[in-house]
Amino acid sequence: MNNPDPIAVFKTEALEQLELIEAGLLDLTRDLEDKAQIDAVFRGLHTLKGSGSMFGFDQLAAFTHHCETAFDRVRKGEAPATTELVSAVLDAQGHMLALLQTPNGDHEAMSAKLLDNLHRAVGGSAKAATQETAAAEQSGSMADTSAAGLSTWELTFSLPLNSMINGTNPLGLLDELRELGEAQVEALSDNVPPLEEIDPREIHVSWRVTLKTDKPRGDIEDVFIFVMDDMVMDLKQIATAPAAVAKKAPAPATDIATDAAKQAAANAADASKAPQQTDAKSQKQADNVRVPALRLDEMMDRVGELVIAQSRLSQMAGSAADLGLRSVSEEIERLAGELRDTMMVLRMMPVASLFSRFRRLVHDLARETGKDIELITEGEMTEVDKTVIDRLADPLVHLVRNSVDHGLETPEDRIAVGKSPVGRVHLSAHQTGSEVVITIKDDGRGIDRARVRAKAETNGLIQPGAQLSDQELLQLIFQPGFSTAEKVTNLSGRGVGMDVVKKTIETLRGAIDVKSNPGEGSEIALRIPLTLAIIDGLLVRVGSGRYVLPLSAVEECLELSLEEDLKSRGRSFISLRDDLVPFLRLRELFRTGTQPDPFQKVVVVSTGSERVGLVVDQIIGDHQTVIKNMSKLHDHVSAFSGATILGDGNVALILDVGHLIAAGQHQEAQLRAAG
Amino acid sequence: MSEATIKADHRAIWKGADEISVLTFCLNGETFAIEAVIVQEILDLLPETSVPGSLPFVGSVINFRGKVIPLADIRVAFGMEAGNVTIDSRIIVTELDLEGQTTLVGMRTDKVFEVTSLPATASEPPPIVGMRWRPDYIHALVKREGEFIILPNLQAIFSSQREPAIRATA
Repeated sequence: MNNPDPIAVFKTEALEQLELIEAGLLDLTRDLEDKAQIDAVFRGLHTLKGSGSMFGFDQLAAFTHHCETAFDRVRKGEAPATTELVSAVLDAQGHMLALLQTPNGDHEAMSAKLLDNLHRAVGGSAKAATQETAAAEQSGSMADTSAAGLSTWELTFSLPLNSMINGTNPLGLLDELRELGEAQVEALSDNVPPLEEIDPREIHVSWRVTLKTDKPRGDIEDVFIFVMDDMVMDLKQIATAPAAVAKKAPAPATDIATDAAKQAAANAADASKAPQQTDAKSQKQADNVRVPALRLDEMMDRVGELVIAQSRLSQMAGSAADLGLRSVSEEIERLAGELRDTMMVLRMMPVASLFSRFRRLVHDLARETGKDIELITEGEMTEVDKTVIDRLADPLVHLVRNSVDHGLETPEDRIAVGKSPVGRVHLSAHQTGSEVVITIKDDGRGIDRARVRAKAETNGLIQPGAQLSDQELLQLIFQPGFSTAEKVTNLSGRGVGMDVVKKTIETLRGAIDVKSNPGEGSEIALRIPLTLAIIDGLLVRVGSGRYVLPLSAVEECLELSLEEDLKSRGRSFISLRDDLVPFLRLRELFRTGTQPDPFQKVVVVSTGSERVGLVVDQIIGDHQTVIKNMSKLHDHVSAFSGATILGDGNVALILDVGHLIAAGQHQEAQLRAAG
Repeated sequence: MSEATIKADHRAIWKGADEISVLTFCLNGETFAIEAVIVQEILDLLPETSVPGSLPFVGSVINFRGKVIPLADIRVAFGMEAGNVTIDSRIIVTELDLEGQTTLVGMRTDKVFEVTSLPATASEPPPIVGMRWRPDYIHALVKREGEFIILPNLQAIFSSQREPAIRATA
């Protein structure tokens, strides 16, 4: 099983989140004015609420919402951070843990008591607001339960042959089904082999169950949650009790009908696929080994060190005259390269595991907002490094929520502007070169540039009337505390989500592109490097320092001729096949204080359409670069994205191409402005 | 920071114990001490790689057993002259908590003396006047054998030296 149970994944992540919240609160007890901690706690609560409701931990989400509201007021300076508040939220944090461990338990008395404490700590005005939302949430959940009527399901399922060996008890499953409602069970013995071939440890029987229950489909499927991956199951709804339909208001009725139709369609598709999949799966199963991620990480570290040692060896062998040594070194270089590639593949996971989380989210969002939403996913089989997948989950939740909450209009508004009433959120992934691009696209109203500008001006993010390019203006939405939503909803509008997105993508050394056409929707593309650990680099020398450029960004290398050098004193451009390319003298940028080498080289680097030339003293050659992150103490040095260790044990810094290009274009703009 | 909080604070590093174990070292003739528990290793000087655009306080990085760690010079924080490299110069690798992240940081020293224990009773708060260093950079002064040992507040130093005084050239 490559895909861990998403609920378990969420629990682990939520536990981490709770730990962070706790740590932040504890820090706050020491220093109540600590703005960074207040933000951190708030972000933690926000994420916990978001992912909690996504995985159906509704009690947890509703409860966390109150704490979040309280902290939001503190963050905005509307209420002071008091010891009472911090300790009330600390108590609440303990309770959240309980809500997480036993999501279906009875926590209401405790929740109410803690919320009371919280309200007393915050003061009156917040109370009214939170109660209002609480009431709204309750009425929402009431509607939900009354919508489910008694329906009859026909369920056929068979388990894999070896499932009893794995500890599955089919009788237990049947008992659980019986608990859901009135069930008739029929055993299908068609596949039972002759007596002499029977292995008593294998299951050859399959079952057909007719079940009358008022529980939703999800509950029936939950019975099989631990065996779902390998079993063949066919679940059909035969009839719905008419009384239940009559009770529903007209609008939700159509809603549910379309849902049911969709589900049926999906089900049919699944059913047709299922048998082949199981065949393939049961064959493959024997060959699969489950390895804890930690061991993979350890192995990755070892491979990283091996690659460093190997590049040391090849440097030594290169300068030695011994032919035998050279051939051994080359052999080891090849092997280390192959080992590295194998290691990379081991860590790759299809993004499907990431995307699958969003079906539930979109479903719930549609219910909460009353919008009709269709989620389309594409390119699920694109593979990305495991760490990237883990870290992308949060930003994607925020982006999808934003698309739904801010982007998509209500069905009435959509019809009014001539669009289909069903809003579409398109989630896709594809690979280009050494990057993976994950795109979240909606066909909503698009980003209102005038409102973004107005908001940024009132927040003091930009000067009134400042000249901004379209992209710069759109990028403002990723600033901390920026939100154009006029009212705070349970979903978004607090302006934290987007800066979480930006921070996470930056730590992954990725970039964000925003496109938006008013009335047609917006598209946010996250460009993330395929791997975080090892890249092919080009080693260059500037002054006495050595630097690494990611080879994937290098377009070409050429010599800076003496006359171009002299000519370009005033206007740092070189002409490259009739194109003017701005260039940066790294020697000046880094203030090396050394004399330039007589024959300087230009390395032309690019990201997509933009390029810049970097003048270096010497191009040393290609280098297998094991990326090491720089510490927080060097956070503010934006010219470098990391560091690596060279063959001789020295450290070389890795140049951040995106930053250098921005610097180059800045210079270009300045020169243009100067005439 | 008010006078009262400094007075209350200066013994905090002892955490109620009678003694703490420290590593003492020399910077420009002054004796400093840091808690021995945060010291990872003492190294001879290593080749350094300077980071263009960074603050002089953490101007370079070194390779510490396959990890790239920043090399800090707390002389900068105390406004001291950069010392000459001598045969006694060492790098102390410490494990610090920076914004909740445990970070390995190398610190330049002129000479490393010994691991010793300092009694809480000999501790004195940094004087408010008559000192050329920022008082919040110092936990306490400990009197021993007629001289003062300075217990620097590394947390305070590292967090205040992080703000870039000079922007990177680009």
